[in-house]
Amino acid sequence: MIFGLSIVFVLTSILTVAGALAAALLKNLVHCALSLTITFAGLALLYLQLDAQFAGFSQILVYIGAVAILVVFAILLTRGAGIPEYRSFSSSWLAGITISAGVFALLAWAVTKSLSASASSSAAPQVTVQQIGLALMSSYVLPLEIVAVLLTVALIGAVIVAMPESRTPKSESSQGGDR
Amino acid sequence: MTPLAAFLIVAALVFAIGLAIALTRRNAILVLIGIELMLNAANLNLIAFWRFGTHPEALTGMMFAIFSIAVAAAEAAVGLGLAIAYHRHKKTTDLDAMTRMKG
Repeated sequence: MIFGLSIVFVLTSILTVAGALAAALLKNLVHCALSLTITFAGLALLYLQLDAQFAGFSQILVYIGAVAILVVFAILLTRGAGIPEYRSFSSSWLAGITISAGVFALLAWAVTKSLSASASSSAAPQVTVQQIGLALMSSYVLPLEIVAVLLTVALIGAVIVAMPESRTPKSESSQGGDR
Repeated sequence: MTPLAAFLIVAALVFAIGLAIALTRRNAILVLIGIELMLNAANLNLIAFWRFGTHPEALTGMMFAIFSIAVAAAEAAVGLGLAIAYHRHKKTTDLDAMTRMKG
């Protein structure tokens, strides 16, 4: 126990934050994507420690299985032929770091100020996947349908946006004046 | 430090790092990565409040996190598709060079 926290929590949070920091600082984009995957895995472990098994496993499925692969594909598709980026940070990096440090300081101040007194630790909720499915199909059925439509529209839109222009002659004729 | 406060501090750290990535990096795909990190930090907050809240059997925070994961996946697909489409036209994903998006 470190400061009243379990060793597993400390190790997973260090893994998560270290992965995020590596994604922020590394030069090579592929290394950034791989450390992002480490962060997603650490967050899934944190969800499992919070007794949210379904959210943890859907985090692994969606983020590590789909989003990380998508990011790696996008990086490899958009990379120039071996040309290294000469400057990977923006010119206003100092302001960006100041703003994010300020946001973290504000959040940490609010958390420690509002939660220091109440030290309540309730029992672990027993939530099965069956209960989640029943809730999704009964009281959350409208958001579920909206998310289904949103996912369909977004994925079709992403395919159309990323499709080569030769298959869509309409957009080619509309951009002819720019060249 | 209570467990809830510890989880919230970790989420705040991940959020701040994601914000720093989105504000300081020049590559469009890395900015999308930063936005994904911020969404994940918000999800961690939602699940922590669900776990340590008064009515965890109501499943509200859990459902919010699951829908947020689905919306974040859609956002990632559209954002990366846009980055690939821009790279096809201009051969760059540098945000300082992205001065126009008319094609």
